[in-house]
Amino acid sequence: MTAFGKLIRTTAFRLTLVYLFLFALFAASLLGYFAWNTRRLITEQITTTVNAEIGEISDIYGRRGLRGLIFTIENRALRPGANLYLVTTPAGQAIGGNVGSLAPGVMATTGWSETDYRRLDEQDTADHRALVYVAELPNGFRLLIGRDLEERRRLFGIVAKAAQFSLLIVVVLGLGGGIFVARRVLRRIDAMTGTTRRIMAGDLSGRLPVGRSGDELDRLAESLNAMLERIEALMMGLKEVSDNIAHDLKTPLTRLRNRAEEALASSGSEAEYRAALERTIEESDGLIRTFNALLMIARAESGQARDNMDNFDAAEVANGIHELYEPLAEDDGMSLNVRTAFAPLHGNRELISQALANLVENAIKYGKPALSAQPLGADAVAGAGGKEILIEARRDGDQVLLCVTDHGPGIPESDRKHAVERFVRLEASRTQSGSGLGLSLASAVATLHGGELRLGDAHPGLTATLAIPARAGISVRLAAQTPNVSQKVA
Amino acid sequence: MHEDADRAMVTEISPNLTATDSQMRLLIIEDDRESADYLVKAFREVGYVADLASDGEEGLALADSGDYDVLVIDRMLPRRDGLSLIGTLREKGNHTPALILSALGQVDDRIKGLRAGGDDYLPKPYSFAELLARVEVLSRRHGGPTEETTYRVGDLELDRLSHRVARGKDELTLQPREFRLLEYLMKHAGQVVTRTMLLENVWDYHFDPQTNVIDVHISRLRSKIDKGFERPLLHTIRGAGYMIRDGIR
Repeated sequence: MTAFGKLIRTTAFRLTLVYLFLFALFAASLLGYFAWNTRRLITEQITTTVNAEIGEISDIYGRRGLRGLIFTIENRALRPGANLYLVTTPAGQAIGGNVGSLAPGVMATTGWSETDYRRLDEQDTADHRALVYVAELPNGFRLLIGRDLEERRRLFGIVAKAAQFSLLIVVVLGLGGGIFVARRVLRRIDAMTGTTRRIMAGDLSGRLPVGRSGDELDRLAESLNAMLERIEALMMGLKEVSDNIAHDLKTPLTRLRNRAEEALASSGSEAEYRAALERTIEESDGLIRTFNALLMIARAESGQARDNMDNFDAAEVANGIHELYEPLAEDDGMSLNVRTAFAPLHGNRELISQALANLVENAIKYGKPALSAQPLGADAVAGAGGKEILIEARRDGDQVLLCVTDHGPGIPESDRKHAVERFVRLEASRTQSGSGLGLSLASAVATLHGGELRLGDAHPGLTATLAIPARAGISVRLAAQTPNVSQKVA
Repeated sequence: MHEDADRAMVTEISPNLTATDSQMRLLIIEDDRESADYLVKAFREVGYVADLASDGEEGLALADSGDYDVLVIDRMLPRRDGLSLIGTLREKGNHTPALILSALGQVDDRIKGLRAGGDDYLPKPYSFAELLARVEVLSRRHGGPTEETTYRVGDLELDRLSHRVARGKDELTLQPREFRLLEYLMKHAGQVVTRTMLLENVWDYHFDPQTNVIDVHISRLRSKIDKGFERPLLHTIRGAGYMIRDGIR
């Protein structure tokens, strides 16, 4: 498509054409109305003048007879810009006045008419138009008094010219403006299209240009940019996941393969084969677990789990998880405690339970007080109290908080953001088992519920908090303790 | 009844013998040839009569005409999917216990499967031990007596109404959750119960813990019911799970 073709196809240009037509119509009708009114006014004026003169001249005729009439007419005809006068005998012969010729039959009918005429003193020029009144005098003579319409024609001409001129201006300005606006819009759209093409070609970091005017195109560009932001984040996530899957799943797969190969190559006893097979199964179970966790995260992140939401009390979840993990913690020489208050939630109970379970497992795994010579100042709390892990569920404003606090080494501030990412096992814990997906799953679950996972300092230790918006509607009822108020709310 | 006597007396049977006493009939509906053959072979080895259907329509016809104790149904099948198969069976008034195998392992898929009339749901990949344990439990439920008020294994006795547990003459004090754990194990005495089954049925969680959290609960329970007694009742079945029974095999 040519540039011009593109230009005239723009919405802006088409709109301009429509407006142009409307404006032209408007201007034409305005001028038309003006012209018509002016014409009416001039005609009226002429009629009045002629009427007055007829009255006057009839009067003179009455008083002074034909001679006086002709004398007066001849006299008046000599004045500059004089009216038209003509007196004819009953036979139709002109006997006075300044009219040289008339359209035939004008003098035959009395009353108003419009006619072509020629003055006596100008032979060469063409006919003029005039508005005339023909009156019959008592003795059969006829008197014509009229006024030239040149003035009216000239005025009409001026108006017509003005109309042409203004129409021309309207069209030129309109088209020019249309092209200007269309080009402006087109330039911006072209810029957007260009960016979009680049993005489609694979450069996900591209963003649409946003102007400062805040008009509809800017708003559109802003929303598109927000969308691109999200897409880029998702794509980055995906890429990261596939990279990590490649790394963290291939490693155990390789191990598995090596083990099987080794068992196959060696001529061991049956017991050795069995042991090798058992290890293989163990390894594949681990792989399956990692895979499930990844799928779970993907599902939570994509928002699919929203179908399975119901209302429940986060305190029950906390108590349930405490009950499940308490013996495990105790076996590990730690004490797992729980402190709950009524905290109503709307969400996926299973996912929130699992997220909390992950936080507790992390606390049990990594939350042991640093007894060795680490400059954490942990000595003060490293006694019996230091081995405590606390699960809390409570309501804080319009949020429900599910916290797990341990008194282990914690996570340094700089590592906290990093710790939530998939597969990240901080250096300190590399040697321990685990898929490294616990915190990312907890974070994905929190995000799914419109909340977040916060990692804070427990001086020393780590407080991991799932902050999730409380169930809507409950806050009002809770705030209104008295039953009659709550009825009002309901 | 045969089953009654079996339970009231001592459960002297190992898992692979439960099937033989009444020749459990099993229908496997699975379209993947290799896994189907593997399942048929594995179930026959433990004494089941296992039939195979390789698509949904064939499966429906067989399940409807044959007298099976348990159906093992893959969720995604050619010609008729697993869920619709179960739905149709249930509509016809056939209530043979059905276990759904599926690559879709998420909680909501599971709920969908159970809502469609399935009795249990096992995501792929699964271990045969897990599948066998679940099939055993399902078949027992189908043919066995309904809920009893007292469970007995050897000299261990659990009263479900008064929540009393006693071993011989000794009264045992259990935490509520330990009681439910023991109750579940004793309900399925003589059958292998896997860790996931325990987590699902006793705690009602459907996720994998990354830790050995169930083992710790079991060892606590064991220390209460077996410690100081000559004959242990709560056994660990390697590679599968746990079983409560009297006698050593």
